[in-house]
Amino acid sequence: MISYIIRRLGQAVIVILGVTFLVFILRHLLPGSIARAILGLHAGPQAIADFNKANGLNKPLPLQYVAYLNQLIHGNLGYSFKQNMSVDSIIRNELPNDVLLVGASLVLSLLIAIPLGLLQAVKRNSITDYAATGISFILYSMPSYLLGLLLIAFFAVNLRLLPASAPNASTLGGVLSNPSGLVLPIATLTLVTCALFSRYMRSSAIDGLAQDYIRTAKAKGVGTSGILFKHLLRNSLIPVITLVGISLPGILTFGLIIEQLFNFPGVGLSYYTAALNGDYPVVYGITVLVALVTVLGNLFADVAYAVLDPRVRYG
Amino acid sequence: MAERTRGESAREDQALTASGAPLGQARLTKGPAHAAPKGGAVRMQARWVHLRAFMENKLAVAGVTFVVLMVLFCFVGPLFWHTNQVTVAMFDLNRRPGGKHPLGTDDLGYDVLGRLMSGGQASLEVGIAVALIATGLGVIYGVISGYVGGITDAIMMRVVDIVLAVPVVYLFIDLAATFKPTLLLLIVVLALLSWLGPARLVRGETLTLRVREYVQAVQAMGGRSGRIIVRHLVPNTVGTIVVNATFQVADAILTLAVLSYLGFSLPPPAATWGGMLENGVNFLYDGYWWEIYPAGAMIVLTVVAFNFIGDGLRDAVDVRLQRR
Repeated sequence: MISYIIRRLGQAVIVILGVTFLVFILRHLLPGSIARAILGLHAGPQAIADFNKANGLNKPLPLQYVAYLNQLIHGNLGYSFKQNMSVDSIIRNELPNDVLLVGASLVLSLLIAIPLGLLQAVKRNSITDYAATGISFILYSMPSYLLGLLLIAFFAVNLRLLPASAPNASTLGGVLSNPSGLVLPIATLTLVTCALFSRYMRSSAIDGLAQDYIRTAKAKGVGTSGILFKHLLRNSLIPVITLVGISLPGILTFGLIIEQLFNFPGVGLSYYTAALNGDYPVVYGITVLVALVTVLGNLFADVAYAVLDPRVRYG
Repeated sequence: MAERTRGESAREDQALTASGAPLGQARLTKGPAHAAPKGGAVRMQARWVHLRAFMENKLAVAGVTFVVLMVLFCFVGPLFWHTNQVTVAMFDLNRRPGGKHPLGTDDLGYDVLGRLMSGGQASLEVGIAVALIATGLGVIYGVISGYVGGITDAIMMRVVDIVLAVPVVYLFIDLAATFKPTLLLLIVVLALLSWLGPARLVRGETLTLRVREYVQAVQAMGGRSGRIIVRHLVPNTVGTIVVNATFQVADAILTLAVLSYLGFSLPPPAATWGGMLENGVNFLYDGYWWEIYPAGAMIVLTVVAFNFIGDGLRDAVDVRLQRR
C-alpha cells in the first residue's frame, strides 16, 4: 500500500513536470513574443532587447526552462507586468472565493446527488427515475452558461428576487457580506455538478445491485434498508469519491464560465480577462495552478480508491 | 502499475455466458446495426440481443430519431427554406417571429430559422468529426499502450496524464487570443484534446483482454502482435469505443458551444449554435427571446439525444444489466 502511494506520488511529480514543460513550450510556440505583448506595438528593437535581457529571455531555452522551474519550486508563478502584481498575490486574493464557490457547490451537489442516484437505481425505470434522469440529462447537456442565463432570466430579470451578478468585492469577507449575490452562481454550479454526479451514482448503484453480494444479502434475509445502506450505498460511494477527484478540472472549467457569467471575483475570471488582455504571465501561472489541482485530484482519487476498496490490487 | 479489478473482468465473463457467444464476436459490428453477413445462428442471436435491448430503450430510440431529424433539418432543410445567411439585412433587424420569418431575425437581419440550419451544420460536423478522429487516435494509442505494457505503457500513459491535466477550456481561451478559428482548426484542436478519454478506456480494456485465453492461444500458435491487436483486441473493445464515441459527439458539440460563448468561434457570417446563443445573450434584457432560446434548445436537445443514444448503447452492450 505504502509503496503504491509512493509510486503514485512519483507519477504525479512526473506529470506536473510534464505540464510545466508543456506550458513553457506553449509560451514559446505561440506567435508573438512576450516582450512584444508587454511593451506594446510601438516598442523599438532596443527596448525589446533590453527587456529580454532584463528578464532572462535572451538565454537558451533549456536554461530558461530551468530558471522557470526554479521560480515555480519557490512558489513564484510569475509576475504580471500589466497589473504590476505578482501572479501569486493575484491568486492569493482570489483563491478563497473559488474555494467558497467550488466547495459549497461540491458539498451541496453531493448531498443531493447521492440520495437521488440511489433512489433512481432502486426504482429503476419508474416515473421518478425517468423524471430525475430527464432533468439531470438536460442539465448535463446544457452549456453551463445557458443554465446560468436561464436562472438569471427567471430569478433576476422576471422575478427580481436575486441579483444577476456576484457581490462586487475582491476579498472573501466582501463576497460573504452580500450573500444574496452568491445564490445564483452557487446554484448554477451545484446543478451542473449534481447532474454529473447523480448520473454516476445511479449507474454505480445499478452496477452494485447486480453484484453477487447483494443477492447473497437478500438470500440471507437482510431487509431492504439494510441492503441499501449497508451494502449498496457503501459500495457505490467508492466510484463517486473517485469521481469527485477526477471531475475537479471539469468543475473548475464550469467555474470559469460561471465566474465569467456572474462576474464572480475568482481565479477563473482573472484568467479570462488576462487571456483577453494578453497578460501571459497570469495565463500561464493559472494554467499551472489548475493543472496542479487536476493532478492532485487524480492522486486523491486513486489513493482513496486503493484505501477504500480492498479489491484493488496494487503492486 | 496499479491494476484494478473493478467489475470489468467479471462483467466480461457474465456477458460472455449471457449472450451465448464470445463477446468479441457479438460486439464486432458497429453499434446496434448488427447487419454483418457472416456468423452462425448463435452469433446472430447474440447480435439480436443487443439490438433488441437497444430498441427496448425508448429514450435511445427517441435519441436516434431526433438525431436523424436534426441532420435532415440542418442539411436538407436549407434546400427548401432559402434564406440569406451572408449579407446583412439592415431593414429587418430583430424582427419578432411571424410572417416571412417564423422564428424572427437577429440583430444583423439574418433569418433565425435558416441560421439554426446553417449553424447546426457546423455544430454537427464538428461534433461528429471530432468524435471520429478522437476515437480513432485514442483506440490506436490505447491498444498499443495496453498491449505493449511495461515502460512503454508507463510513458504513454504519463503523456496522457500530462495533456489531460491541462484544462481544455483554459487552453482554448489562450488559443483564441492568438489564432483565427476555422472549421478545420476547431476540429483538429478539439480532436487533439479529446482522444485522451478513449485512449485510457481502451488501454484499460486491453489490459484485461490481453491475458485472455484466446489471446494466449494466438500467441501460442505464433500469431503476430499486429494480428492480435487488429483481430482480437480492438474488436473486443468496440462496445466501449462506440459508447464512448457517442458521448464524444455530445461533448464536442457542448465544448464548441462553450468556446463560442467565450469568443473562440467561426468568424461571421458563419454561424454556430453557440455563437447564436452568445450573440443573443446581449438581448436578454430586451426580451428578444427568439434570438436566445431556439439556439439554446437546439444545443440541449441534440446533446441530450446523443447522450440518450450513448446510454442506450451502453445498456445494450452490457448484457449483464438486462433481464433482471
